[in-house]
Amino acid sequence: MSARPTIADIVRFVRHEARLIDEKRFDEWYELFADDAHYWVPAVPGQTSPLLQNSLAYEDKLLLKLRIERLKSPLAYSQRPASRCLHVLQEPDIEKADHEGGEYLTRTPFIYTETRVDESQRYAATAWHTLVWSPDRLRIKLKRVDILNCDAMLPSIQLFL
Amino acid sequence: MGRYREDSGALAQLIETDRVHRDVYTDPEVFQLEMERLWSRTWIYVGHTSQVPQAGDFITLDIAAQPVIMVRHTDGSVRLLMNRCAHKGTKVVGDLSGNTGKTFRCPYHAWTYRTDGSLINIPLKQGYDGTQLRRTPAAAGLAPVKHVEIYRGFVFARLSDDGLGFGEYFGDSLSSIDNLADRSPEGELELVGGCLRFLHNCNWKMFIENLNDTMHPMIAHASSAGVAKKLWEGKPADMPKPMAIEQIVPFASDYKFFDDMGVCVYPHGHGFSGVNFSIHSSYSSLPEYEAAMKRAYGEERARKILGTVRHNTVYYPSLTIKGAIQSIRVARPLAADKTLLESWTFRLKGAPDALLERTITYNRLINSPMSVVGHDDLHCYRAIQEGLAASGNEWVSLHRNFDAAEVEARELTCNGTSEVSMRNQFRAWREFMVASVS
Repeated sequence: MSARPTIADIVRFVRHEARLIDEKRFDEWYELFADDAHYWVPAVPGQTSPLLQNSLAYEDKLLLKLRIERLKSPLAYSQRPASRCLHVLQEPDIEKADHEGGEYLTRTPFIYTETRVDESQRYAATAWHTLVWSPDRLRIKLKRVDILNCDAMLPSIQLFL
Repeated sequence: MGRYREDSGALAQLIETDRVHRDVYTDPEVFQLEMERLWSRTWIYVGHTSQVPQAGDFITLDIAAQPVIMVRHTDGSVRLLMNRCAHKGTKVVGDLSGNTGKTFRCPYHAWTYRTDGSLINIPLKQGYDGTQLRRTPAAAGLAPVKHVEIYRGFVFARLSDDGLGFGEYFGDSLSSIDNLADRSPEGELELVGGCLRFLHNCNWKMFIENLNDTMHPMIAHASSAGVAKKLWEGKPADMPKPMAIEQIVPFASDYKFFDDMGVCVYPHGHGFSGVNFSIHSSYSSLPEYEAAMKRAYGEERARKILGTVRHNTVYYPSLTIKGAIQSIRVARPLAADKTLLESWTFRLKGAPDALLERTITYNRLINSPMSVVGHDDLHCYRAIQEGLAASGNEWVSLHRNFDAAEVEARELTCNGTSEVSMRNQFRAWREFMVASVS
């Protein structure tokens, strides 16, 4: 990469991020997040606070690590048998590009499928990636996933949208 | 015509003192009878008054598989109405919450009702002149739920005219709601932060029983709490413990911990674990909040309130609360193998936001459809639902620490790993399911 990411770099990053999840390369996926990053899945449309309103998930790196290590554990009974997932992404829009501050915001509508043996769930969702250029590569500061029906009664969603 | 509906004896035989037949979890007819008998003759949690602060504010939901509206009437009282137009049966209110002003109007033919349910207008009313309409229940409007009680903001309803009075039904178990509300320096709660709605493909009783099942956390949650414990091991002693670690790791406590916690049961299925302490006992202190509590209650009473750290209290069959973490979970059964679990959070009036943040964090970590703790619980419930289809043994064992004397006991406290709370729930189940309609 050059000193500043190009649009193509940013788009490639977002696609790569989803692919790492789908291929269960979670340790590599974890490294995409900045140290103070969060992964947020709100529980209502337009949710403003992750701290004072209930969310489906709001994870810092410690909690992401917990999920990833748990998935490796033979004692994670809900993953025996294991789930699989696939993201089908629309081309990301670059919503904001602050080259000075090194911060970028992308909007990516996608369809997410998660299966476990005979059960299959499908969600329409929008991913909002706040990316930072630090020090010479892109990292995720915030990945917010707005599931279209996030306020519906939902079954266990076990992997990462 | 089902065999259980016609034969109370067969229904009674499903419950023995120390084991239950699988049909209580799997049989659709038993489920239907549960809705008609247990869930209609007992006091079911509806909502909290803070959800409808202003006149005209309402929420809608199903209780015992029937659609209801909880609304703040123009006189300030909270009313419960059947969400069913007196005309053709249309559900009058579609929104889950909102403000209706002074009236509800049916979207089909505009029959219009006051917020106490009374019918005030029908278009072209003269079309009913000389008809029998006014002699039917339709003339009275939306059917009110007659038996409604509000206890410290918690709204309960009993749909049937049969059943016990509120005080007799809950008795001393109400002390857990008191402790939750008393944790507010103002003695008042506000339901905030929205609701997590987790669909469980299992019978509602598996969830309710699990709350005081203290033999499962160290096994079922070994992959979440156990991993959390390992992640934190070796960190410097002076490093501040993240809230999430503080909340998840105690799930990995050993058998002795949960046994010493103690369990207490009351008549009619209610009870709680965590008589002596609980997984919430070692949270870091919040000096600003504790000072506010001392100012409000005095040192001794404040210490007593905050020193009561119960684990889960079950208000059988619908409501479960965690006073120490200010959250509640509500079972809304949908079918024999389908249950909606709602998890709600409270703000303690007069307490700093740090308390709400702790509540919200806990609710998300433990009760969300994306919770790693919840995933393993639900996996086990579903595994029971499927496993019970096996032949060779049609009974579920609840024998742990059974003592014949407990059958007659009014209130009982014993070791925390006893299965007494489940046996106590099924004694209530049998009482309400088998009783004939008066």
